[in-house]
Amino acid sequence: MFGYYFNLALRSLRRNVVLTALMISAIGIGIGASMTMLTVFRAASGDPIPGKSAQLFVPQIDNFGPQSKMPIETDDLLPPVVTYFDADEWMRSHPAVRQAAMYPISITITPSDPTRNPIRADARATYGDFFSMFNVPFQFGGPWSRVEDSSHAAVIVLTRELNHVLFGGANSVGKNLLVGDKTYRVIGVMDEWRPTPRFYDVDGATFSGQDQLFLPFTRAIEEQMPTVARFNCDQTGPGKGWQGLLASNCVWIRFWVELPSARDVASYQSFLHNYAAEQLQRGRFNWRARVGLRNVRQWLSYNHVVPPTVETLTSVSFALLLVCILNAIGLMLAKFMARTGVISIRRALGASRLAIFGQFMLEAAVIGLAGGLVGLGLIQLGLVSCRLVLERDLSVLARLHGSDVLIAMTLALVATLLAGLYPTWRAMQVPSALQLKTQ
Amino acid sequence: MLKMTRLSKVYRTEMVETYALRDLSLEVQEGEFVAVMGPSGSGKTTFLTIAGLLEELSAGEYWLDGVDTRGLNDRVRSRLRNEKLGFVFQSFNLISDLDVYNNIDVPLRYRGLSGSERRRRIDAVLERVGLSSRAHHYPAEMSGGQQQRVAIARALVGEPRLLLADEPTGNLDTQMARGVMELLEDIHRRGATVVMVTHDPDLAARAQRVVYITDGQIMALGGAPQLVHAAQGHGLATHS
Repeated sequence: MFGYYFNLALRSLRRNVVLTALMISAIGIGIGASMTMLTVFRAASGDPIPGKSAQLFVPQIDNFGPQSKMPIETDDLLPPVVTYFDADEWMRSHPAVRQAAMYPISITITPSDPTRNPIRADARATYGDFFSMFNVPFQFGGPWSRVEDSSHAAVIVLTRELNHVLFGGANSVGKNLLVGDKTYRVIGVMDEWRPTPRFYDVDGATFSGQDQLFLPFTRAIEEQMPTVARFNCDQTGPGKGWQGLLASNCVWIRFWVELPSARDVASYQSFLHNYAAEQLQRGRFNWRARVGLRNVRQWLSYNHVVPPTVETLTSVSFALLLVCILNAIGLMLAKFMARTGVISIRRALGASRLAIFGQFMLEAAVIGLAGGLVGLGLIQLGLVSCRLVLERDLSVLARLHGSDVLIAMTLALVATLLAGLYPTWRAMQVPSALQLKTQ
Repeated sequence: MLKMTRLSKVYRTEMVETYALRDLSLEVQEGEFVAVMGPSGSGKTTFLTIAGLLEELSAGEYWLDGVDTRGLNDRVRSRLRNEKLGFVFQSFNLISDLDVYNNIDVPLRYRGLSGSERRRRIDAVLERVGLSSRAHHYPAEMSGGQQQRVAIARALVGEPRLLLADEPTGNLDTQMARGVMELLEDIHRRGATVVMVTHDPDLAARAQRVVYITDGQIMALGGAPQLVHAAQGHGLATHS
């Protein structure tokens, strides 16, 4: 019967082209608006590291105390970054399965080809655990080990893109590169890896930014490579010179740990509390410092990574979808009830109410799919508008992926089937004796 | 074939209760041709809708081909309608955007027959009503008589046990009406049971038996010529 109902649906839609176009447009506009914003919202709020986001945590400690007037942006006033002192202590204690301190730097790379100009690149100083902790895929070679962390080795990992720029995409493992005025050996080339949002550093270009090169944290500290991130210091300031900064109370290091089980989490929390108590005992703090431990999802929410504008626009667009569905209900009701005569003839000839339900719901499904296709066109248009209107960092999210197409078509189908329920129910209630009674 | 016992049909509103049929008892034997007559508003059409399982009865019993129809759910009633009954309406009730072939196909679709079986039956019934050459014409392209032949073909294609006709010639001129009536008689001769509602005493006279309904009750039963004569003589029969 599916083929028969499908054929009847097409005949019905051809019968009143204007009404059909209005219904399809109503669904298409609703889907177009809602899915445009949902696409941006999903990209902004998606899980950047599925399967592991519940095992990766950011530890925090209240470095400035309850009397602090520091402009900390978090809701509970815990700094999102830590001092070099704390990062160094935590790395040495190593209570987690994996852990990595990190900070962003900007470097100059001089290509071996003398005819090419030096390149500025965004880089990240971190520990070798970064790669295994964040499941970073490698095209060539691999990450450096803890031995190289300890020996402050002059090694680097390139992204696929930077390797393409510097070496034409060839296997560059073992080759040397001049970074600043020092020679570094390429130890690995990453494969495509762009977690969105860039959860491990939500400062700055969270959605559009990408590190192009990675080098050992210990080496960067030894080479006195300054951070390009913001850092906060209390009234004592950053101290004198590089060693002064390292010994200061300034916060600028990001820290991530991997805690695979609830037991690991509880154990790490104890470690943090004990660490805070120890700082009080040692007289470093004259307050009992609060601590925090948040996983990836909690961390993104805590940092308000999804801008409120996107959340509001998404809600408004779904309200518009609701209005469009209500319109579609009205139009479908008008269309279906104009066919009471035919319905009663079909009932007299043996169609059960269930058969009428099937026929009209399939017609609604065809309208939904057509509306979904119109919606896809409008989504493309909407995303182009978003790229023009949204700030640059967010505008990179305005791209349609395969999963968005699937969601759009499913949403169109489900929304139209829901919209078709009431008109179809009314069609089912048409008395089968109507034609006899009214002739 | 059809047995109604003390059957009543009541239409209720908040204010009024109207009896369309009251304590009506009637039996139609297999192979009979029965005409149902009566003035407008007498309950003829209600009788036909209940006989055709298009409406539920309010009280009494209705047995169709040995099946007690009380309390049957919609699915079973629809299946009985599809398999045992054929309808011919006064205003043909063809579906305007389906051609002749697809109009006749409608009841077969609900029966779930294969494509080849449907095609065989439709070709045969079109041949029988003399419209083989019009299979792909639309209702609007045909005369009233031809449309009624299509409607009869649609009623016959499912090989029903009982054909219910509601003023089948009411919208036709004399010549076309004669053709349709001859077709109904032919169907009856081939073994179908026919119940025909009509205002026309001449048509009723061609049935084997006439039932006269007034105010929802059967006022008279009898052989067709006698009752039609009596109806004409006593003002029982009225013309629309």
